[in-house]
Amino acid sequence: MSLISHVEERRPAVRAGLRSIQGLTLAFLVLIGLGPLYMTVKGAMSPSTDLISRPLDLWPADPRPENFATAWADLGIGHYLLNTLQVVGGSWAVQLVVAVTAGFALSVLRPRFGRYVYGAILATMFVPYTVSMTSLFLTVIDLGLVDSYWSIWLPSGAYAFNVLLAKRFFDALPPELFAAARVDGANTWQLLTRIVLPMSRPILAVISLLAVMHSWKDFIWPLVAITDPEKQPISVALASLAVQAPQDELIAAMAMALAPPVLVFLVFQKHIVAGLGFTGIKG
Amino acid sequence: MSAGTRTAPLPAGPAAGATPGLGRDAPRRSLFGRNALTALVFLIPALVVFGVFSWWPIVRGLLISFQQTNLIDPATWVGLENFRALFADPLLGTAIANTLLFVGLALLIGFPAPLVLAVVLSTVRRSAGVYRFLVYLPVVVPPVVAILLWKWFYDPGHGLFNGLLGLVGLGPYLWLDSPDTAMVSLVLQSTWAGMGGAVLIYLAAIVGVPSELYEAAQMDGASIWTRVWHITLPQLRPVIGLLLLMQLINTMQVFTEPYVFTGGGPENATLTVLLLIFRYAFQDGAYGQAAALSFLLAIILGLLSAVYLRATRSWSAA
Repeated sequence: MSLISHVEERRPAVRAGLRSIQGLTLAFLVLIGLGPLYMTVKGAMSPSTDLISRPLDLWPADPRPENFATAWADLGIGHYLLNTLQVVGGSWAVQLVVAVTAGFALSVLRPRFGRYVYGAILATMFVPYTVSMTSLFLTVIDLGLVDSYWSIWLPSGAYAFNVLLAKRFFDALPPELFAAARVDGANTWQLLTRIVLPMSRPILAVISLLAVMHSWKDFIWPLVAITDPEKQPISVALASLAVQAPQDELIAAMAMALAPPVLVFLVFQKHIVAGLGFTGIKG
Repeated sequence: MSAGTRTAPLPAGPAAGATPGLGRDAPRRSLFGRNALTALVFLIPALVVFGVFSWWPIVRGLLISFQQTNLIDPATWVGLENFRALFADPLLGTAIANTLLFVGLALLIGFPAPLVLAVVLSTVRRSAGVYRFLVYLPVVVPPVVAILLWKWFYDPGHGLFNGLLGLVGLGPYLWLDSPDTAMVSLVLQSTWAGMGGAVLIYLAAIVGVPSELYEAAQMDGASIWTRVWHITLPQLRPVIGLLLLMQLINTMQVFTEPYVFTGGGPENATLTVLLLIFRYAFQDGAYGQAAALSFLLAIILGLLSAVYLRATRSWSAA
């Protein structure tokens, strides 16, 4: 049983109390979860005058779906979304490569110096990147990477938690398999690609999920590293568009910027919630 | 990965000689550890990425805080000059006070809410997925979009919030436009945006509470409320502690909210430490001073992280 047993739940008083608390909670969650998204869609379809004079209307009297097309064309939303996709895609690839190769080396190959490397990697968890942002920026300048997406992709790979997840997962794989593969004449590369990786889909999915979510949501570093407005991801672009764009177009742009992650979440909901549970504490 | 493809086959010979370990419950080192070079090759991506973009910037940040540097001339050592300039800035005190205010308000407003929600959600048997979906939905909204959205809701003249409160005769409030309410407005949005993650973590922990405890308590006639108070909450204590630390670490680095909502205003009421670092470095070009303040922030965050990691370890070991 959990907190409340089935027997107990059949008692009318308990049942009524529970139902009403749950009902109120559901109403509250709809209000705070769907409410803002609904208002965004409504706002995006409203003429600017309605936004000012009738903020409480549940639906505009004269809906204007063409706002989306206007915002798409005038504010270049498609272009910025494409930039975000590039930022997210590259960060995801770099994080996966770093986590898998490092996790494999530290867990399966286990060189003698491995513990020191692992220690040095884990030590970076004590220093969030925001506090070394200034020197990171100077380093990116030295390397000539400003305005290149590499300035986002490469630093994103230096995320110790990914390495920890990969190593812990590989640690739990049965070592007999590695030995058997070796007897069958597999070299180290084949050991990784044919034995370890096919068994590691769950952890690859979790690392991918975290990588995509982090880079989609990151704001401060892209703001610093990408100064060319043409190359900015949508979040950075929106922050500057907010100052000049007309209100109705801006809201339409916001609706288009939040649609992709919300749709992805809608489709992969179960996996995402399970994946977050898997990582335990880190969201 | 292409580098790995080419070099990896090399060690197959020597490492294969190590197979006698097979069959016995030999440590894996005897199988593959012989060739440190292979391992090194596989570690190259991590070493490069961590070396150039994490370890070096951390060390360099420390160095720069004692240097005068711009992007043209070579850096010169200036001793504690950056720290002196930092402490002479009247905005430093403001930024620290504001950051602590944000951290405190976020604890007060944002910390109990997910716990209460998680306990209620754990009693839901049918359509639990719907609840979870709704509670996590704000988390997937990109922060800048969420903040701009709330900025529109907060608009004193035509915003949703004043409109709704006006229906019950409250307000109008200035929200972001008044130094008195700006910070609370930031915290409300940030709580909304971050709550879902904590709820899911609490929910996962609540599922792990041994059911015998509830059964025994129920036999002793403990009410539902007593069970929540004396079983669920004490059982969750380690998780509560971890989330508390995690929230402290996150909220001390608050940046996006003040940057997008208010730019630090009105009257510097929402100027936070990280926003001040950002201004030093990327508006004034005072990299040394920015690094000096980062250094101080890093010490505090490092201490918190150390506590956090210790707690995680003892928690996952338990």
